This record gives sequence, structure tokens and C-alpha cells, in this order.
Amino acid sequence: MRQVALTVNGMRHELELEPRELLVYVLRDRLKLTGTNVGCDTSSCGACTVLVDGESVKSCTVLGVQADGAEITTIEGLAANGSLHPVQQAFHDHHALQCGYCTPGMVMAAVSLIEHGEATSEAAIREGLEGNLCRCTGYHNIVAAVQDAAGAMGRAR
Amino acid sequence: MSATTERPRLAVGRIGERLPREDAVPKVTGEFSYASDLSTPGMLWGDTLRSPHAHARVVSIDVTAALGLPGIHGALTHEDVPGKKLYGLEFADQPVLAIDRVRYVGEPVALVVAEHPEQARRALEAIVVEYEPLEPVVDMERALEQEPLHPDRPTMGHGYRDDRRPNVVRHLVIRHGDPDIAGDVVVTGTYELGIQDQAFLGPESGLAIPDGEGGVDIHVATQWLHVDRDQVAPCLDLRPEQVRLHLSGVGGSFGGREDLSMQIHSALLALHTGRPVKMVYDRAESFTGHVHRHPARIRCEHRATRDGRLTSVRMQILLDGGAYASSSTAVASNAASFGLGPYRVDNALIETTAVYTNNPPCGAMRGFGAVQTCFAAEAQMDQLAAELGLDPVELRLLNALEPGDSLPTGQVIEGSLPTREVIRRAAALPVPDQETLPRDPLRLPGGTGNTTTGEGIRRGVGFALGFKNICYSEGFDDFCAARVVLHADGSAVVHSAAAEVGQGVVGVMLQVARTELGTDEVTLAPHTTATVGSAGSTSASRMTWMAAGAVRDACRAALEERERRGGGEVDVERVHRHPRTTPLDPETGQITGERAHVALAVAAMRVVVEVDVELGLTRVVWVGTAQDVGKAVNPLALEGQIEGGTAQGLGLALMEEIVTRNGAIQNASFTDYLIPTALDMPPVEIELVEVPEPDAPYGVKGVGEPPTVVSTAAIVSAMRAATGRPLTRAPVRPDDICL
Ligand code: FES
Ligand code: FES
Repeated sequence: MRQVALTVNGMRHELELEPRELLVYVLRDRLKLTGTNVGCDTSSCGACTVLVDGESVKSCTVLGVQADGAEITTIEGLAANGSLHPVQQAFHDHHALQCGYCTPGMVMAAVSLIEHGEATSEAAIREGLEGNLCRCTGYHNIVAAVQDAAGAMGRAR
Repeated sequence: MSATTERPRLAVGRIGERLPREDAVPKVTGEFSYASDLSTPGMLWGDTLRSPHAHARVVSIDVTAALGLPGIHGALTHEDVPGKKLYGLEFADQPVLAIDRVRYVGEPVALVVAEHPEQARRALEAIVVEYEPLEPVVDMERALEQEPLHPDRPTMGHGYRDDRRPNVVRHLVIRHGDPDIAGDVVVTGTYELGIQDQAFLGPESGLAIPDGEGGVDIHVATQWLHVDRDQVAPCLDLRPEQVRLHLSGVGGSFGGREDLSMQIHSALLALHTGRPVKMVYDRAESFTGHVHRHPARIRCEHRATRDGRLTSVRMQILLDGGAYASSSTAVASNAASFGLGPYRVDNALIETTAVYTNNPPCGAMRGFGAVQTCFAAEAQMDQLAAELGLDPVELRLLNALEPGDSLPTGQVIEGSLPTREVIRRAAALPVPDQETLPRDPLRLPGGTGNTTTGEGIRRGVGFALGFKNICYSEGFDDFCAARVVLHADGSAVVHSAAAEVGQGVVGVMLQVARTELGTDEVTLAPHTTATVGSAGSTSASRMTWMAAGAVRDACRAALEERERRGGGEVDVERVHRHPRTTPLDPETGQITGERAHVALAVAAMRVVVEVDVELGLTRVVWVGTAQDVGKAVNPLALEGQIEGGTAQGLGLALMEEIVTRNGAIQNASFTDYLIPTALDMPPVEIELVEVPEPDAPYGVKGVGEPPTVVSTAAIVSAMRAATGRPLTRAPVRPDDICL
């Protein structure tokens, strides 16, 4: 067991973790943040994407102990003061989800893409989201939502 | 109507409006609870020991060592199944836990339950099973001569044609007119499709909670709560009302949740321990934990006159159903009924055989039966067009099946089927110009993985038509219940067991209720077997039609009841049935009543591809499609279904195949089984063709399956145009397109 301190969605947690525990299960099972989903366990689908120190990371590929001292944002930490984050709002408005299982990971990946200034065109968004699988939507509305949100966030700056 | 009449205020959420999902907010905030999120105090974890053999005799199973391990609360085998030992959607031919024989790699053999999932995994390793391996039956053609895998023939005596050959699940022959009639030209071909996986993103998961009185509540992601219950209860030796199924959040399904996965297993463990038991499959287990799309081998001979009219078609369709029957009989029926495509053919002989093998069990997947035959029939139509020197679109228009024509089963089409209209609308969509070279590598086939500057690119334009039935067929008593509670304050609650799997039936039901009741104050109660009758399955593109019908009927009855009583609270339940169908004659494959299928829907698709013939890489550049949708309840959701359905067809055309070796899946992961990414999907231009279906509520048709039926055929058609190769197998492999 190792003592680990994580800041998740602005809240500091001190945890005793087994070195082999994956970050995604630390979030889901220990902190009960089940918004982050598991679709594959093999870093292929992106359903588990969260932000670690502002970088989008597939949390099934990171050990909990590796995140010691990190600031983590999950889907639950995105909406502020009861209003949706622009990316969440755009996913809602553009019907960018069906079953929604990919959505938390997709939204987090999109937030990171936009914040890094990489959501510059449709092609760039498609490339940026290539690691996030969606089986339901065919991606069209997801890409449109991200383009829309990138515009909204750009204007807000 | 007087000029002063005020038009009613149209509030948001009525039929026909473009609406975001009702559950979009909880889904974008992460609050939505999927089956994998279920948890309750005192919960234990179940796990499944699965067969490593495709075919073996089970000599003995010893769980003693597992029981002695820390944290273990039980280990169960077939001997611990208190009721029926077999279950199944169509025939009870599948053991809850293997008895004396295993028939596929991954078949459940024993269960364990532990405090922690890791302890459960370790316990599985401690179970000792002695197997005596048998020769697996893995070739669908040879299966018809090899030793029967189900010697007791569970598929006999169900009203289908009796076929004495070993391993036949269903043999269906449709003979129509005089199939021997000559034509001026003849084209032949043999087509094959690999096994496709539904690959829904949320793996199987469920939680069973004993009720303390001998019964059990099962929370699970499924497609049909009531039929799950009806399969589970007899195996537990319980009455149906002692087993309550509750829908938890479903991460996609596409047919893969129509059969049971852990429903009986988790309930057995919960009743054994008296504690709640959760089971979750990981991705690898999910690949063996649900049925797949049937692989197929299809032989065709099309005859036509010199001016392009089809005179006769012969098709031999072989479907590998794997180890258990699942939905194979219905898949065979659809393959045969829609095998010719939406064309008028007066003379046909269609012979369909679904077989048992020791390959992974196959069952329902989006567009089943029709996907496979559409691929073959459309390739034949392209070949015929080339042979006759006709434009492929013209050839299709010339032979288009329309109302008043008959299907090869003798059924006269009475409802809507705007085949010519969808062909014209899709063909009229302008295709984009070819992009120049050199260009951004992202826009080359293979993307940045393309190591050239695109010298090997060949462009091709393809076209295909696809159709299939809406709702259940062949005499199945298909119905859907809905219950509406109208409160005195005017608000309403709708109860329905219609499974929301991502397709959006929740929105459809609310739109209908708001429209019928004229109020926005409508909510949906949780989906469960406990408070309302069966809704039937979320499959066969039936749920929009059936749920809309049931909610409409219940709303209207509730309003009448309130009127009669002069106010107060009313609570009514109504059952909606679509027009009756009758079975096909087992000997001739012809209808025995007016219809074997309720209604039909057709889609046309035009596709542009670029194939890099030096590297064997393909980029689908553009898709344009026109689809017959009856009435669009929510065009936004409908377009989403078309885009998503097209993506799955693209997957089958280019990359998706479960590869087996001696029956064992070789690629049970998303690293080895590839599904389309955002980079693989082109823009999809959509034309909705609305010709109301006369027998359906509001004229609706289901929309989920036609795009999947047509897209594989259309994409491969474009690849043929690009390469000049026959491309008779899906998915197309790089070797097939390297020139
Ligand atoms: S669960 Fe982490 S990438 Fe799929
Ligand atoms: S919405 Fe179902 S996987 Fe993306």
C-alpha cells in the first residue's frame, strides 16, 4: 500500500492505494466518480479519458500511484455553478450522443483539444478525437459539437 | 374554420420536432447510471469460468479448491441450477452452465462469487475441469455432414421444414414462379461475409439482489426485459413474478443484448449467497459473452432480359449460427425473404440454411440476414449492369419493387415502399469533386499512415439499395404495453418496459404523450417488469412503431376515462399490436395468410471512395443516402441513427471481423478488432423520404437498420468501381485491393 494525494475536481483526497490499482478504478470504485466509463481496459476506446494536470489521459493506462500529487478533472468536475460547460452544452444541443457511454471521455478529450488550441478545423478535430471510439453516432454530430464549442470558448476568451 | 380561431400553441417536444435527447443532460454530466455503475451495500462479485475448448466432453468439474480460497462465498456448476438447465430465445438449447459437453470457446462452465473481483478471478483458476476434447465442427458447409452437435435435435417440431441433415437449425426454401425460366444474360457469383461484432461500448453488466422471500430483482442492461424474465424464471425454478427485471443504463446494444448474458448467473449467485451479486464483463469476455452477426456464404445466379429486366434469381444462402440457435431461424427467414433486394422478380428459388457449428454463437445484430444478402444481391446487380452496359442506377430503377408488386414469398406489398423515390433522391445528391494531389496526408487513404503522396489513388463511385422488414414476422404475437397515469393536476406519468438502449425511444414516447395529452408535464417511470406489461424487444426496427402505438392508445384511453369520470386521477394500461402476420409454408416458403412481414423500409446509398491500390488502403470520401422513414418523429435523432448505422456498415466493409482459429476467437480486443474512428467516417448527406405507413401510428417506420443493411454493399460497390476487382468478400482485405 502507498499513501497518495490526489486533487480531483478541486477536492483533495488522501488515499492508501495498492501500487497496481489503475487510476480509472481509483476514481470509480474509491471516489465513486462513476461518470468516467470503462469500455476496453486496453487503452483503445477512450471512454475513460480524464484530465491529469490539464492533459487528456486514458485513465485505464495510468496507475493511481503515478497520479500522486496531480490535479485531476473528471466529467463530474466540468459543469460549474449548475451550468453546463460549453462542450457539454454543445454535445447536448447537437445530439452528439446516443447511448452516451463514450460521452464523458469524448467530452474530456474535446475540452483538452480546444484548450490546447488544436480544434482548429473539422479535420483537426477528427484527428484529435481518433483515440475515442463511439459505436452509436458515426461521429458527425460529435465533430459538429466540438467545432461549435471551440467557437463559443474562443469568443468567451 | 373561422378566421378568428387561434392555432394551438405548439410547445416543445411534440411529434415531428428536432429535439435533443431527453437524457442528454445526465449523459453529458456523467450522472447517468450505466449497468456497470450499479452498486449496493454488502454486494459480492460474481465471475464465470469459460470453456477453453470449442468442442469437448466435460468429464468432471471440481470446485473444492476454489471454495477454500479467501473471500469466496460459493462456486456453482450445472448441478446447482435448480430449475430448467437449458434456455434460449427461440429454442431452449443452451445450458445455463455446461453439463456434459461444451460447444464453443467461452461457454460458461462454472461460477464463483467473492468479496472482491480479484478474489473471484483467482478462484476461477482453482477450479479443476477435466475435458475430453472432441473434433470441432468449424466449417459451415461440412457441418451438414459431420456428427450432430445437438443429437436431441431441439430445433425439430417447431413448424419449420423438417431437415434430417445433421446440424441444421433451419432450412427454408422459397420457390416462386418458375426459377428455371431463361434470360438473355446470366451472372453468377459467390459472396462471403465474416463475423461482425456489435461492439457496443458498454460491456455487459448486471446486479442481482435477493428479495429475502425467495425471489430476485435483476438490474441489467438488456433489450427486452420481459423475455429475459421468462427465460430466467424457469431456470431458477421461480414463478415469473418472483423475478423482476429492471433496466439499468445501456451502453449500446445493436442486437447483442437480445440473448441473456449474466442474468441467470448473477441471480443464481445472489440466491445462493443471500447477498446482492454484481457481474461485469471486461472487453475480452464481452466478445465471447454475446452472440455475433452470422458469417455467410451466398451463391447467386441472376438472369435478365437484354433490356435489363430480371427474369429469375437463384440464391443459396448458408449462415453459420455457431454453437446455439439464438435467433438463427429469424435470421434465416430475413435472409431469404429479403435476399433478392427490393426488386421485382417473378421467378426465384432461394434456399437458406442456418447451421450449428462449434464457432462462436451468432444471433441478432442490426439488420440481421438482410445485411448479408444485400451485400451479395447488390454485387450481382452491379455485375449485371456491367454485363448489359447499363447504368447501375437505371438498372435498379427498372426493376424497383413498389406497392402492388409481390415479394418472393407471394406477399403483395400493400403498405408504403417508395423504392423509386429513394433511388432518385440518392442518385440526385451531387458527389464532391476529386481532391487534388498533393494534399494533407490526413485526407489520403490510411491518413498519416500513408507513406506515399497518393500516386496510387483510384476513385470509385458506388450505389446500392437495401431493404428489410419492420417489426416481428411469421406469426409472432408481437405486442407492446404502455400505462398512463393522469394526475388530477393534468400532469402524466408513462410506464413502459420499452428498452432505451441509446436509440431514443424515451424521447419518442414522451413526444407521443405530449402530443396526445396536449401537455408538457409528462414524465417516464423507470423501465421495469414490475409495473407494466411487456414492450417486446428493442430490435427489428420495431420499437418506435410499437411504443408510439402503445403510448398513443393508452393516452387516448386515459383521456376518455377521465372524461367519463368527470375528472380525478386515472390509470390505464393498453396493449398495441401491429397487423397479424402468419408463418411461411414450411415446404414452399410461401405466405399462408396475407403477410409474413408487417411492413418494409428501403434505403438507397451513393458512395465515393478512394482506394490506394499500391498500399491496399481505402478512404470513404463521401456518403449520400435517401431513406424511407414513414414519418420522422424526431429528425435529429433519426439522422443520428442513419449516421451511426452507416458507420457500422462501413466497419463491416473495411475492417470489422472476428477472426477464429478452430473456433477460438483470435482478436477479442479493441486493439485487434477495429471499429471505425472519427477519421474513418466521411460526411453523410441524408434525404428523408416520408411516405406514411398506413398501418403504423402516425405513419412511422423504424429507421435503425436500413442504413446498416445498405452501407456495406454501397461502399464495396464503390471499391469495385475504383479497382475493377470483383471483391466478393466483406470485410475487404488490403490484399484484395492491391493491384
Ligand atoms: S477503458 Fe480506457 S481506453 Fe478504453
Ligand atoms: S453514444 Fe454510444 S458509444 Fe458513443
